[in-house]
Amino acid sequence: MGSGKSNRRVLEYGALIAGLTAVGLFPRVAGDYPLYLANLTGVYLIGAIGLNITLGYAGQVSLAHAAFMAIGAYTTALLTLKGVSFWVAMPLGALLAGGFGFLLGFPALKVRHHYLAMVTIGFNVLVYLVLRNESEITGGMTGLRNIPRPGILGVHLGADRDYFYVIAATATLFAAFYRFLVRSKWARAFRAMRENELRAEVVGVSLRTYKTMAFAIGAAYAGASGALLACLLRYIDPSSFELDRSFQFLIMVVVGGPGWFAGPLVGAGIVTLLPELLRATQAVYLMLFAVLLILMLIFSPAGLVPALDRMGRVLLGWERPRPAVPEVMREETDRT
Amino acid sequence: MIPQLFVGGLLSGAIYALAAMGFVLLWQASRTINFAQGEFIMLPAFGVVLFQEVLKLPFPAAVGLTVLGSMAMGLVVKQFIVQPLLRRDILAIVIATLGIALFARNFIIVFWTADPIFYPSIFSTKPWRWREVVVSPEDLWVLGLVSLLILLVQMLIRHTKMGWAMQAIAQNREVARVVGINVSRTMAQVYLLNGLMMGIAAVMIAPIYFVQYNLGISLGLKAFYSAVIGGFNQVKGALFGGFLVGLLETFGAAYVSTAYRDAFALVVLIGVLLLKPEGIFGIREE
Repeated sequence: MGSGKSNRRVLEYGALIAGLTAVGLFPRVAGDYPLYLANLTGVYLIGAIGLNITLGYAGQVSLAHAAFMAIGAYTTALLTLKGVSFWVAMPLGALLAGGFGFLLGFPALKVRHHYLAMVTIGFNVLVYLVLRNESEITGGMTGLRNIPRPGILGVHLGADRDYFYVIAATATLFAAFYRFLVRSKWARAFRAMRENELRAEVVGVSLRTYKTMAFAIGAAYAGASGALLACLLRYIDPSSFELDRSFQFLIMVVVGGPGWFAGPLVGAGIVTLLPELLRATQAVYLMLFAVLLILMLIFSPAGLVPALDRMGRVLLGWERPRPAVPEVMREETDRT
Repeated sequence: MIPQLFVGGLLSGAIYALAAMGFVLLWQASRTINFAQGEFIMLPAFGVVLFQEVLKLPFPAAVGLTVLGSMAMGLVVKQFIVQPLLRRDILAIVIATLGIALFARNFIIVFWTADPIFYPSIFSTKPWRWREVVVSPEDLWVLGLVSLLILLVQMLIRHTKMGWAMQAIAQNREVARVVGINVSRTMAQVYLLNGLMMGIAAVMIAPIYFVQYNLGISLGLKAFYSAVIGGFNQVKGALFGGFLVGLLETFGAAYVSTAYRDAFALVVLIGVLLLKPEGIFGIREE
């Protein structure tokens, strides 16, 4: 075997090319149902990446992710229904969601952890109430119907098979920015802030900038995810953006592995596909996910990705087995 | 109109205050936020319906079993979920109790029903009239009993050895350990006490609210808002916050907007967080 490093590079590029080819061919060969699942997973993947940035990397709890998604979804739906192009509406939706995320970052400067969890839950409730009550704009409980799908260069991407490429391209773009972000000085600042705010501030990390931006970026991802969801389902109503949706994103991130690059992919995949494979009703799988969430917290707080990662490295002979070090939920000496 | 609203506001306020008080006790004893506090009321409410309406047990037996079950649930959560996570980052407990809440709600949907259940009142619901004022005697009973319960718990904390131990571990767990307090046992007592309070609250509000799986969501939220507004580390803060939120949303719903009933407390909460994050009666701690 050659050097571990070059082996790894070859493998990475190989995986990338194979992945892109698979994504390109997938909608041409897949059945309707797998296609639907792939579309849904792609949409949630973008949202889960956003929460991984806010919670996993920067350590800020956000339970308003469904609300940010709603802002993106309703903005896109209302604009496209008025004839504005999707390619204008979606970025606007993401930006608006990001703007609200930025604002919600300000309470985060004052409060932490449990307070923040409650403030963000409150924001989610507030957005839900506005969607439900301001029916002249949002359609109230009946929601918005017949949301058009986008076209590009005169080709209408109305069929599920074609819309898949819109989702795949957007997800790739957002994943690329995510990859850039987690390797930049931003990610280092986020991690420093997550580990110890006081220490981070002492070494020159501006909490004001990084906290609000951690929220803004995460929210913008959720907004884009919502925009894609609106055009995927072609119909949105407030019930899609209730608190349980925010919990679902939380489960994706915690189960996948908070603060791990591939965490959202594993988390979004499991949370979207497992219920479908089990053919379970929503209540049954939410109950099971809640159990999974608690068990993961107690027994494997670092999430599935580091566990799988270690297993893979050992199997490929890159590394010898060693115990995992949980990142976010690590042990503290004492909290008193 | 105004006196009626006042009674209604005090009534929901008393329930929020009671739940908020449980929050504060749990926080003080174990530095744990119980995000499943609302579900700690919702589940016993289903318990009393189960024992009385389904199994046809007599009322005192049904209430007794419900309260015991509620206390047992507190103990199980403390022992198997909170205890293993105690030495971790607080985020882990926040997420775990959110998981408990999610589990409880869906457990009821899966094994019972998603529909609201009507639970008949034990008190007369025939309204009392005095000029334009119409008050349900049921509301007054519940208000009185919840207030009494709050007073009893206050006395327990202030005047018994168990209460002193609770206060001691709230102030400094290590010192409490050094002076010979069994911290784990005292924590268990706090969870039992919280279970007792929430069990009784559940029995009393079951006839007022419909018993439904989502009963706990807004109750838990309001209780938390109350605790934060009043001051998280002070029992009197939780009580003040609870009554404030109850009155505010009742009058807000009547005079401003019914549709935004659930938003009033939130606006006050954000105001308090921005101006005095430790709460109106709270003491800054770091």
